[in-house]
Amino acid sequence: MADLNIHRPMALQETPVILPGHDFETVTETIAEIPLSKRFPLGWIGIFTIALLGAGMLQMALGYLVLKGIGIWGNQIPVGWAFDIINFVWWIGIGHAGTLISAILLLFKQQWRMSISRFAEAMTIFAVICAAIFPVFHTGRPWLAAYWLFPYPNAMGLWPQFKSPLIWDVFAVSTYATVSVVFWYVGLIPDLASLRDRASSKLKAVLYGMASLGWRGSARHWHRYEVASLILAGLSTPLVLSVHTVVSFDFAVSLIPGWHATIFPPYFVAGAIYSGFAMVLTLAIPVRRFYGMESLITMRHIDNMAKVMLATGLIVGYGYSMEAFFAWYSANPHEQFMMYNRMFGPYGWSYWTLISINVVMIQLLWFKSIRTNTLGLFIMSIFVNIGMWLERFVIIVTSLANDFVPSSWGMYYPTRWDFMTFFGTIGLFLTLFLLFLRFVPMISIFEVKTLLPQAKVKAEP
Amino acid sequence: MADLPETTPALHGVMAEYDSGQALVDAARKTMAQGFTQVEAYSPVPIEDLNTIIHKSRTVLPGLVLAGGLAGMATGFALQYWASVIEYPMNIGGRPMASWTTFIVPSYELTILFAALTAAIGMIVLNGLPRPYHPVFNVERFSMASSDKFFLVIESRDPKFGAAAAFLRETGAKGVYDVAE
Repeated sequence: MADLNIHRPMALQETPVILPGHDFETVTETIAEIPLSKRFPLGWIGIFTIALLGAGMLQMALGYLVLKGIGIWGNQIPVGWAFDIINFVWWIGIGHAGTLISAILLLFKQQWRMSISRFAEAMTIFAVICAAIFPVFHTGRPWLAAYWLFPYPNAMGLWPQFKSPLIWDVFAVSTYATVSVVFWYVGLIPDLASLRDRASSKLKAVLYGMASLGWRGSARHWHRYEVASLILAGLSTPLVLSVHTVVSFDFAVSLIPGWHATIFPPYFVAGAIYSGFAMVLTLAIPVRRFYGMESLITMRHIDNMAKVMLATGLIVGYGYSMEAFFAWYSANPHEQFMMYNRMFGPYGWSYWTLISINVVMIQLLWFKSIRTNTLGLFIMSIFVNIGMWLERFVIIVTSLANDFVPSSWGMYYPTRWDFMTFFGTIGLFLTLFLLFLRFVPMISIFEVKTLLPQAKVKAEP
Repeated sequence: MADLPETTPALHGVMAEYDSGQALVDAARKTMAQGFTQVEAYSPVPIEDLNTIIHKSRTVLPGLVLAGGLAGMATGFALQYWASVIEYPMNIGGRPMASWTTFIVPSYELTILFAALTAAIGMIVLNGLPRPYHPVFNVERFSMASSDKFFLVIESRDPKFGAAAAFLRETGAKGVYDVAE
């Protein structure tokens, strides 16, 4: 990756959103040739095989879980919530970057979002799928759990408990999943029409044609389309902020020391965006290199994403310091003990690892030379993902392991099935993401075109 | 097919091809000024001016979305009120049965869900989609409409259709084609 270590900070001021030399045709060609090509690149097959093995491991872990029950996991009183909720919050958080990029940045007219919005949205959907696996399967027998999760008339005459944040979470996450899929598909329609028109075989033309719903790109179509996109962005913005807020209510509405804090909603949302941008970088850096997309996903994008990561990372750091401050200022012995125990108790290692990543390491992003070093950023983004996973581990496990009554304290040890399920979801995520890269245009063709001078029309004379 | 007499297929309209969005917008302005009424433009990217020039009206979609959102909010609140107060009342920590504050989150989520589904489905349905077949696809060059070419069609039901093909040739079109029905 030597050629990408550009040490010309000033020159980057001028890095455009799209490198020069592109017109409508080359943009369509560059992006559309990947899903339309007949070849499966060797590197793709290699990574896909590994990812598929991971997904297979997930299937095995879940199959055994259904067979034996959740006793195979390490969850045990007092730590009744562990890997399942840690991984759920971690994955849901990662999903937030996609919606932020495609909705909030659209409302702010940030043109650089266009090259990365498509695959960030895909990442969102796949992350939400992985997240949903945990709450669904931690019920042990999900097919019996439906009646207390979803309001439907059942033979027992029971209805869900609407005064619980857990049921709010069901509504928030299922709405988020649905709206993300809808937003993503609406964004895909004109691009699927491009693939239909360029398809080399009849079968591809028919399949992409059906998927594009017969899109023609007429003035009337585009007008309604643009209105719908803007409305969807406007609706997704409050939605994405509400999702992690509601996830944080799962904790904040309880009375456990370390959970019962008013700072949780904004602190969780910032953490979600922070980890989401880290995941976008983890995916974008190798993808742009492997598929030669450097002219469409430029250093400007990488630099901007690193800046968002820095900003949200600093908010997360503020959240950590406020947690410690609240604990001290509350003068509540249980809160104070919780904070002391987090730092110097049996799980102290996880707290300090998390601080050294999310508070200390992140400061490197102040330097432009780091923000434009793709290899360095790639490694950092993986560390940020680890750091954010540890944050949820610290919040959930340390608070539960040592709560009010010392006689009921207990340590938590994950089992191999916990790890297999967790790493299995990473496999599933990569499997879905690689299929997306192969069969769907990974960058929005028509949106990138609107950035080119060809798309500009003079106002009426 | 061989037994059928040879006939000229009915015309959907005539189509002109342009190289740039600017050329298409200029041609659309001239066409409308000329008094044609059944006109449609096709472009690879959204050009907001085209709708203003040709159709002169805005879509009703925002109103539908508002109605959808309000319906979602009402559904969410009614569902929770009915389940928690009428059908299955349960005392949870001494809270009132109709504790509207705890009903906010699901009502809010359903507002967004219904509104977003209305926006997406409304856009698709108002656009007359899905519609896999349309006469414009009969023109071979039209496959470039999703890449880098711009098209203007005057439909045969336009009262001034007789003059359409000749007129379009004078608007700077790169080509003018018949569109079979």
